[in-house]
Amino acid sequence: MAAAAFFFYIFAAVAVASAVMVITSRNPVHSVLYLILCFFNAAGLFILLGAEFLAMILVVVYVGAVMVLFLFVVMMLDIDFTELRQGMLNYLPIGGTIGLILLVELLLALGTWAISPDAARIVAAPAPALDGLTNTEALGQILYTKYVYFFQAAGLVLLVAMIGAIVLTLRHKQGVKRQDIDAQVARRPATAIEIRKVGPGQGI
Amino acid sequence: MTIGLGHYLTLAAVLFTIGIFGIFLNRKNVIIILMSIELILLAVNINLVAFSAFLGDLVGQVFALLVLTVAAGEAAIGLAILVVYFRNRGSIAVEDINLMKG
Repeated sequence: MAAAAFFFYIFAAVAVASAVMVITSRNPVHSVLYLILCFFNAAGLFILLGAEFLAMILVVVYVGAVMVLFLFVVMMLDIDFTELRQGMLNYLPIGGTIGLILLVELLLALGTWAISPDAARIVAAPAPALDGLTNTEALGQILYTKYVYFFQAAGLVLLVAMIGAIVLTLRHKQGVKRQDIDAQVARRPATAIEIRKVGPGQGI
Repeated sequence: MTIGLGHYLTLAAVLFTIGIFGIFLNRKNVIIILMSIELILLAVNINLVAFSAFLGDLVGQVFALLVLTVAAGEAAIGLAILVVYFRNRGSIAVEDINLMKG
């Protein structure tokens, strides 16, 4: 148990420190890299909680795909980041005040809550004992049966996001030759060839 | 000292606050604002998974999966909008985004 507590504090401290670096870092590329570190530590916390599948999804999908997408965009756009940081200190007082108020409120809420004694009775999908079934198996068994529509909705969200991103960023360059299948199919001999009578001794 | 639900909830609250603070601190840089939103969603996920683990209910993890999906979609759309905006305006300053005077 002491090892779990030790690792919790390590992961939590690094996650919070890297989150602070994400928002204060001078260079957005460093911000993305700190965010990756933060997600790795969150994945460690998920493993401590026994949610291995989500931890792996966090590393594979988040660090592997979304953060690399961020990195691509940050490096692709040619932006003067020092100019964007002008006036950052102007927002420090109001941001700090709101952040502090929010944190105090959240911690006050944390200090007084209690889990209802009925909570254990109304569990919708009891987590299995760790020796019987792994977390991934248990998740799959309810995700593909009881929550299959939920799963399909998640897939639909991803499809919409993919189509939206393609529609937004696709552009047709002028002056590039493209294959136009409709025009090819609609071609008839009458429109394609022209017959001319060429008299002897004359050009066309 | 054993780690309880309160520890995880406190950590999630701190991360959430850092995310909100980041939005205010980087008012001009859309990329950092998007990253702050990712931080906020990560805090929400930590809450969901912590409750799921301590209450012994797997539905929390199923829901965390949906939050992850939505966050990935939001990042993709947000970055696509950012790229289009940069292509048109040559800048990503949030304060310049007032063409519609909304």
